[in-house]
Amino acid sequence: MKRVAVTGIGVVSALGANRESFWRALAAGESGIRAMESVAPGTVRFPNAAEARDYRIADHFDEKEVVLLDRFAQFAAVAAREAVIDSKIGDSKIDWTPDLRERTAIVTGSSTGGQTSEDESFRDYYERKLMRFSPFTIPKAMSNAGASRISFEHGITGPVYTVSTACSSANHAIGQAFWMVRNGAVELAIAGGSEAPFSPGMLKAWEGMRVVSPDTCRPFSLDRKGLILGEGAGMLVLEPLDRARARSANIYGEIAGFGMSSDAHHLTQPLAEGAARAMRAALRDAGAAPESIGYINAHGTGTLANDPTETEAIRAVFGTHKLMVSSTKSMHGHALGAAGALEAAATLLALSRKLIPPTANFVAPDPACDLDVVPNIARAVEIEWALSNSFAFGGLNAVLAFRR
Amino acid sequence: MSEDLKSRVIKVIAKTQRIPLETVSIDSTFEELKIDSLDGINLIFALESEFNVDIPDEDARAIRSVRQMAQGIAHLMAQKSAEQGAA
Repeated sequence: MKRVAVTGIGVVSALGANRESFWRALAAGESGIRAMESVAPGTVRFPNAAEARDYRIADHFDEKEVVLLDRFAQFAAVAAREAVIDSKIGDSKIDWTPDLRERTAIVTGSSTGGQTSEDESFRDYYERKLMRFSPFTIPKAMSNAGASRISFEHGITGPVYTVSTACSSANHAIGQAFWMVRNGAVELAIAGGSEAPFSPGMLKAWEGMRVVSPDTCRPFSLDRKGLILGEGAGMLVLEPLDRARARSANIYGEIAGFGMSSDAHHLTQPLAEGAARAMRAALRDAGAAPESIGYINAHGTGTLANDPTETEAIRAVFGTHKLMVSSTKSMHGHALGAAGALEAAATLLALSRKLIPPTANFVAPDPACDLDVVPNIARAVEIEWALSNSFAFGGLNAVLAFRR
Repeated sequence: MSEDLKSRVIKVIAKTQRIPLETVSIDSTFEELKIDSLDGINLIFALESEFNVDIPDEDARAIRSVRQMAQGIAHLMAQKSAEQGAA
């Protein structure tokens, strides 16, 4: 089995439209949560969101292309472009030969796909009584639109597909891609997730669930009131470590393990034992002892239900072992099917730049979440191993293990 | 709290939970009726529609019995008619 390195990272999020602005905000503990602009004020009860405000379509696509691309697919393409450029694949030492293109995988995650486009078309039909639909509604709305776009753009002809497991989508996608590179099924992979959930219909559905905070996202903190929705994309370039070293690539870190589990319990109530099983599976897959883990990028949604349950799960796996746990959702929001990808990027940057991003908006400790949650201020620490947790509605858990 | 309001609340609960009407009383707790958190928010959704009121998220989370639910709705309806009277 091959060791798997991450040699490229691309990010679009509420913290800016590229990787470095994302990291600058995380390192400074600056939250991207602001008054929501995507829909008219008063559309939903919660006024705030983590929208990708610095993202400008015209910086990345011409007008004709955008007609065929939902916002979530644009995010996927832009993040993948940045990741591929960052990895320097295509330069003299590693060329996009037809063979490499065929031996490259793309695996993306998305929870809701192009439902902004779908919502708009349905509105035309139900509300405006327009009887004709754009022929592009279906290809824009399909959840694999982002993966397909990345494939066209880079001429990648290998295995390309999309995973949809709600808030675990990106971790499931990255985990699958990691396994394919590790076992030699492919030579290279682009993996991550993208999401753009700010359409009126989707926001009303979230309002109905009563899990969105009326103010901000304060994971693990006393006085937390729920999650804050986010959008964006994260994409990683994965390749065998030996080849990355041979071509003197910039290596952010390794993906060392992947673990999945299902709670088999409840549609929306999380179960600590299910989350714990996914963390144990990731450790086992990585061959890492619990004591070696220095940091967990938590699922940490800031809901009343998630945070104590995740704390219980972490305690079950790690016992009294001291480790840092932070939720970067406090800054980039909960980007659903992109969440795991943004958090994988955050975790890899934390390992390589030796700085643990904090849990922002933290007010006071909640006794039910008695972890070291790195409140509000980043911590300069050298860590060798880290985990990143994603737990989805439906009880589906996916955990990645990273190594510097 | 009127008898009419109580019986409307009970009817909505029985219908939403797909349980016989006679199994629900004003003194039933959500636990006895096996109403979990997701059922709870679905119930609130049904009651908001039935009475045309908006139940705030934080109040919704605190409700654990039929009586609390009916009292909360009676309070919201009284508030609404006071507001309409003032206008």
